Amino acid sequence: MSSSASKRMLHVVNKSPFERDALASALRMAQAGSGLLLIEDGVYAVVKGTKAADQLKAANGVTVYALWPDLEARGVQDRVLEGIKMVDYGGFVDLVAEHATVQSWL
Amino acid sequence: MKFGIMISEGPYTHQATDSAYMFTKAALAKGHQIQRVFFYHDGVNNATKLTEPPQDDRHIVNRWSKLAEDHGIDLVVCVAAALRRGIRDENLAPGFRISGLGQLVESGIQADRLVVFGD
Amino acid sequence: MSEATGGIEGDEDVSGVVKKFMFVNRKAPYGTIYALEGLEVVLISAAFDQDVSLAFVDDGVYQLMKGQHTKAIDVKNFSPTYRALEGYDIEKLFVERESMEARGLSEENLIVPVEVLSRQDMGKLMEEQDVVISF
Repeated sequence: MSSSASKRMLHVVNKSPFERDALASALRMAQAGSGLLLIEDGVYAVVKGTKAADQLKAANGVTVYALWPDLEARGVQDRVLEGIKMVDYGGFVDLVAEHATVQSWL
Repeated sequence: MKFGIMISEGPYTHQATDSAYMFTKAALAKGHQIQRVFFYHDGVNNATKLTEPPQDDRHIVNRWSKLAEDHGIDLVVCVAAALRRGIRDENLAPGFRISGLGQLVESGIQADRLVVFGD
Repeated sequence: MSEATGGIEGDEDVSGVVKKFMFVNRKAPYGTIYALEGLEVVLISAAFDQDVSLAFVDDGVYQLMKGQHTKAIDVKNFSPTYRALEGYDIEKLFVERESMEARGLSEENLIVPVEVLSRQDMGKLMEEQDVVISF
C-alpha cells in the first residue's frame, strides 16, 4: 500500500524541543529522505541561535519544514535558521499528500 | 486524496483542534476529501454544545459544526471516551455523532492519509 | 451500530484491504490516559484483520513494566491487557533499545515478550507502515 513512488514518511513535531523530547526522538528515528514538519510550539526548533538548532544540524538527509502561521503567531518569523522551508496550511496538506505516510510525535 | 483526521485534545487548552481545523479547511480548498474527523481522548470535548467562549474569540465547536454542515463532513466522537468525559447525546453539538473506536480504525483503512493532532 | 458493534458498521466495505498499522506509545502509564485509551484502540483494531504493530518508545516502555500494583492510587491496573493481546493475534510488540536502556530496563522487566529494535531498525519499521497512530 505504501507507494514506492512517494517520498517517505513525514514526521510532524508540535512541541518545543525545550519542553519535550519529541523532536529528539523523531530525529533519532527519521530515515534519510523523510521529511520533518514543525508545527505549533514545535516551530521553536527552527529559531536561530538556540541550543536546539544543533539538533537539526544532525538531521542528515531529513528535509525540515516549518509552518509559517505558527512562526508568525509566536513572533519568531524573522529568526528562522537558513535552509528551513516554510509552508502554510496548504503546504502542510501538500506535504502530507506527497509523503507516503505521516507520523505525529506526540 | 482522502484524508482522515484524528483529534486527541479538547478545545482551547491545546492548539491541536485549531491545527486540525486549519488543515481540514486547506485540504478542502485544494479539492481533497475529508473521509472523517475522529475525536478521541479529550478531543471529545470539541463536541459539547455547552461551550461559551468569549465573544471576540473563535467558537471552536460551532466552527466544526459549520464546516461539517457546509461540506458534509463526518464528525465522529468516540463513545467510550465521551462517556468518561460527560459528552452524551443530550449535550452533543450539531454535526457530531457518537460512535465506536472502530470508526477510527476504519478511517485508517479507507483514507489515503490519517493525520493525528494531539498533545 | 455504534457502541454495540464498536463502531463497526456493516455497510462500509473494508473487506480485503489490509494495511500496516503501527500504534506508537511514547507516554508512561497512569500519569495520563493515553496508554490506556491507546490500548483500547489496539484491541478494536483486532476486529479488522489488519497488520498491526505496537511500538514502545521513550516513556512508552514503562507501560510494559512488570509489577504494577495500582490499588493505592485507586486506578485500574491495565497492564495485564498487554498479555491478552496475543489472544487477539496482536503479537508484534517492538521496544526501542535506546529508550529501554536509558531507563535502566531490560526485557526481563517487561510483562510481555517484545522484539527490541535499534533506533535505526525502529525508524525503518516506521517507514514501512501505511498508517501510524500516536497516542
